[in-house]
Amino acid sequence: MNSPFVEINGLDFAYGDRQILSGIDMQLPKGKLTAIMGGSGCGKTTLLRLIGGQIKPDRGSLKVGGQEVSRFSERELYDMRRRMGMLFQFGALFTDLSVYDNVAFPLREHTRLPESAIRDLVLLKLEAVGLRGAAQLMPAELSGGMARRVALARSVALDPELILFDEPFTGLDPISLSIIATLIRRLTDALGATSVMVTHDVHESLAVVDYVYFMAGGRMVGSGTPEELRVSTDPYVYQFVHAQPDGPVHFHYPAGGLDEQLLAGAA
Amino acid sequence: MRLIERFFTVIGANTIDRVWRLGFAARFFLAMLSHSVETFRRPRLLLREIYASGVLSLIIILVSGLFVGLVLGLQGYDTLQRYGSSEALGILVALSLVRELGPVVAALLFASRAGSSMTAEVGLMKATEQLAAMDMMAVNPLARIMAPRFWGGVLSMPLLAALFTAAGIFGGWLIGVIFIGVDEGAFWAQMQANVNFRDDVFNGIIKSAVFGVAVSLIAVFEGFDAVPTAEGVSRAITRTVVTSALAILALDFVLTSFMFRGL
Repeated sequence: MNSPFVEINGLDFAYGDRQILSGIDMQLPKGKLTAIMGGSGCGKTTLLRLIGGQIKPDRGSLKVGGQEVSRFSERELYDMRRRMGMLFQFGALFTDLSVYDNVAFPLREHTRLPESAIRDLVLLKLEAVGLRGAAQLMPAELSGGMARRVALARSVALDPELILFDEPFTGLDPISLSIIATLIRRLTDALGATSVMVTHDVHESLAVVDYVYFMAGGRMVGSGTPEELRVSTDPYVYQFVHAQPDGPVHFHYPAGGLDEQLLAGAA
Repeated sequence: MRLIERFFTVIGANTIDRVWRLGFAARFFLAMLSHSVETFRRPRLLLREIYASGVLSLIIILVSGLFVGLVLGLQGYDTLQRYGSSEALGILVALSLVRELGPVVAALLFASRAGSSMTAEVGLMKATEQLAAMDMMAVNPLARIMAPRFWGGVLSMPLLAALFTAAGIFGGWLIGVIFIGVDEGAFWAQMQANVNFRDDVFNGIIKSAVFGVAVSLIAVFEGFDAVPTAEGVSRAITRTVVTSALAILALDFVLTSFMFRGL
């Protein structure tokens, strides 16, 4: 395994009294695409927000590029984010800007490049996601898959060292889903970036990622390469990879006895 | 006993919530001011917002100003002629507009037209994660989104109030001089002689600038603080219009007390 670009040790996080993450240990190797998988509400997106410095852990250590994120000042945090790209669940494109201007946005904000150079870079990024022809369209004119591809082009506009993907496959048709998965793999390799993908889409993810961490109930419950996970007998991993409706992750939300509740209603 | 306890609990919780929000708004305001340098360093951002909140509000401001002036002309003439002072119509129209109606009504219209639009835009940007995306791109939304909108509103408001007043005076002239037949020379000469720049016009400008700060701050803060759902944004817009209207009227009373009563 390469040296880790993101290192998480003994991390705890809670929203008020509600514990979201407990004792998370994780190492994301440099230049690799790692998936964090788990059911809805298991704390995956919270973990991604912690890596991006949007929230701070209550306990434990979270290092990006060898530096403790929670100790960053606002300026240092923004310096780190300039070397980072993030793809949001529904793209989060700026609705008042065209596709071209969305991709040009980080370049215009963070570089002093002349407009001609920005134009070339934007067209190259759009070409990489197959949407050079859609440069002048507005976000409202794009399909969900196209919007996600534009957001992907925007997230890699500054050639980041670390790319975070938050549920990149949500709400996509099978063709768009396959395109996005392939693009994530291809862009990670082309940029030599460290990529972290939060997802619950097992089939597409296992086909493209290098390593997977499984989460349940705010804890890390398993990890391995896609090949290892496909044959894993660990109950959590098995339930998730084989889409079993019941198992360690229960079908029923915790509740008292059904008889008692029905009788109490009758009384 | 339980009812009384609950009564005080609800009052206490509401008070704490209001004080907390006020503190949050004050911190938001200071943070926005500290990020305002960027706004003036990039005048294109500011011009875009002046266009959105100022230029696009022109129609409603001018038309409303004209109607307010027409009504003032009719009502003023009706009252003044009972005392044989109908030639003082120019002063009445001008002082009413310059001192009070111009800044106050223009600010109320500005809150409804531009303030609600600012809140909706910022609130929807929050709901669709555009603000979070900007923050993750190392671009501070306070500097890039909030401050230009705030300053655009602050700079537009006195100009809109001035245009409202001008349209109102034109309306008063139209009714008084053209339709009713008040002497035109007396209309303008009395206005020129009795409207003082420092006490009347300048104080009106100060009022509209203060209203501009209040409305723009409320609008961007409510958008920024909106619950990121359709209902949350809708409630934030309502709060912007209601809070702005109350703030304008309360501030108007305070400012008028200081300006015209020597308190």
